[in-house]
Amino acid sequence: MTWKTLKGDLARLGYVASDDLAMALHLSVTLGKPLLLEGAAGVGKTELAKVLSTLLDTRLIRLQCYEGIDASAAIYEWNYQRQLLSIRAGDGAAGEDAEDRIFSEKYLLARPLLQAIREERAPVLLLDEVDRADEEFEAYLLELLSDFQVTIPELGTIRATARPHVILTANGTRDLSDALRRRCLYSYVDYPDRDTETAILKAHMPGIEGRLAAQIVGVVQALRKEELEKKPGVAEMLDWAAAIAGLGINDLADDPVTLQATLVCLLKTRADRDAVPLEVQERLVGKAA
Amino acid sequence: MRARRFPEREDMTRRMAGFMAHLRLNGWPAGIGESADALRALSVIDATDRGEVREALRAVCASGAERHRRFDDLFDAYWHSDGRARQRPTDTSARRKPPAQMSDLLGSLPSSARGGVPDAPEAAQDGEAEGGGTGKLVASRLDALRRTDMRHFSTPEEIAAAEAVALRLARALRDRRSRRLRRARAGSTLDLRRMARRSIAHGGEPLELLRRKRPDRPVNIVALCDVSGSMSLYARIFLAFLRGLMSADSRTDVFLFHTRLVRISDVLRDGNGARALEKLTLMANGFGGGTQIGLNLKRFNDQYARQAVNGRTVLLILSDGYDTGAPEAIGTELQRLKRRGGRIVWLNPLKDWAGYEPVARGMAAALPHLDLFAAANTLDALAALEPQLHRI
Repeated sequence: MTWKTLKGDLARLGYVASDDLAMALHLSVTLGKPLLLEGAAGVGKTELAKVLSTLLDTRLIRLQCYEGIDASAAIYEWNYQRQLLSIRAGDGAAGEDAEDRIFSEKYLLARPLLQAIREERAPVLLLDEVDRADEEFEAYLLELLSDFQVTIPELGTIRATARPHVILTANGTRDLSDALRRRCLYSYVDYPDRDTETAILKAHMPGIEGRLAAQIVGVVQALRKEELEKKPGVAEMLDWAAAIAGLGINDLADDPVTLQATLVCLLKTRADRDAVPLEVQERLVGKAA
Repeated sequence: MRARRFPEREDMTRRMAGFMAHLRLNGWPAGIGESADALRALSVIDATDRGEVREALRAVCASGAERHRRFDDLFDAYWHSDGRARQRPTDTSARRKPPAQMSDLLGSLPSSARGGVPDAPEAAQDGEAEGGGTGKLVASRLDALRRTDMRHFSTPEEIAAAEAVALRLARALRDRRSRRLRRARAGSTLDLRRMARRSIAHGGEPLELLRRKRPDRPVNIVALCDVSGSMSLYARIFLAFLRGLMSADSRTDVFLFHTRLVRISDVLRDGNGARALEKLTLMANGFGGGTQIGLNLKRFNDQYARQAVNGRTVLLILSDGYDTGAPEAIGTELQRLKRRGGRIVWLNPLKDWAGYEPVARGMAAALPHLDLFAAANTLDALAALEPQLHRI
């Protein structure tokens, strides 16, 4: 597989990747190194992992990171209730036996990271918004990302049967440590340019008329240049296009009032809604046409 | 520029090492690991195609958004100029290098005075004991002193008192609950994992109740001090206060602003307190003039906030809120800062003056984003902050 065929395959599944992103993903898959994706919200970082799992026809295991996430939520946990029951119901066998019994795989609750390592067929492991987790959690990740193994004191070290394809995403909540960055390949995902975004729109809505598609993309691209709190991402653009198609609008300039109502798909805070009144909207549509 | 053919493979290892050295010269963390990855990457692509090599090396070497953008320059400089590495300023040093007048100031200090980081006092290790304190300064004969408006401060004792108050406040701020659980002798939740293990000895009866709790984690303090004309009367004493803050924790960061924003943490760590204070007061006096709070907050946001402010940060702003810039900017920038998850405390020396209302438009714009807005004109007022800081 070369990166060009990968890019083509992604496009076939509706994901239009830039050259550097396709290359980074290609290297990540062939070299078996994790891929760190940074970029604003809504540029398709998470989507890439989903598409990759479809492409490789394998499982997608996702771990959503949050502040305070720890090993018992991410890697593994013992099933204490069952352990206690088992000890009490134990047929007289105490000591070593009991210990061996309750610290066996049967009583282990595998969380996403351990699951990913034990999969027979290499899954896609998505560590979403890894910058939301704290530094200590990054330290847990280091062992996993460099050696693809997990150490459980009671059981020993579990090695990956098949190296998972790891994709990490971050959007700058805080800076990631250099140690983590060095273990990953890196790509910065930017908002797509006009042509790419039109291609994305057409991939998702094959029936859309060329002129309308150009208008939609033009308005969204212009909106991103306005001073907004939350710039509309690709996902928002697709929602909006679906809304417009659903309402049967064929030309954005036709009905400004209805169009104004559809902007809820793009603008997600009150301040942003206020920043795009009817006049601004007409200016944007006028420019895009 | 004549496009040079890509080198043959046997030549490649040496050239790649050269490229990595070129990146290192420019301040990138490119080591042996990266070289090895780069060579492996070349083996799975068409290594004669410059475009492919560029993207592949970018994925391997550029480890951040800024580097991702700058990679093209460095790549062209090396592979197009036949290996002659052109030296460029590194992105990190460009960002961190202090403004010209700061480096002058640093240069004038003896080198031994620089970079000395005071250790946190022994007591600082035990957050629990500290946190349970009564939150009162020892009443003393400094009583009168502490009610005097700090505009009138100038003697060494007064300054020392200000430092002491700051130290106390810094400790009050320091600890914040962690969200993780650690084993502990007493705590609110049971540690089932260890209990399961211990209960084996008792045939499955969980006789011993083991516990976990959320330990305290340090917060870091970032202080922004206004040294404009309207604040100049307080500048000296606030600088002493900031010095006190610094000595409680080596991670504290301090900035001064007037029309510009200057990071002074390193100067404040000068071993010779009096001399540092003198220099800074001189600097601050030189500054006295119109302030642009909003603009400076923006600069802070753009340049430093990414490293300095996170969910465990308390941002102290010492300012009277009189602003010559657009007041809306203050609100916007504070909101941006707030989104980084820290807490914002604004200390205003004017707040306790009889009849003061936050009418300065900048102040009014700031109020909705503050976690705490407090007076800071007397030492008593500062000391009274301690229990409030425990709460936020």
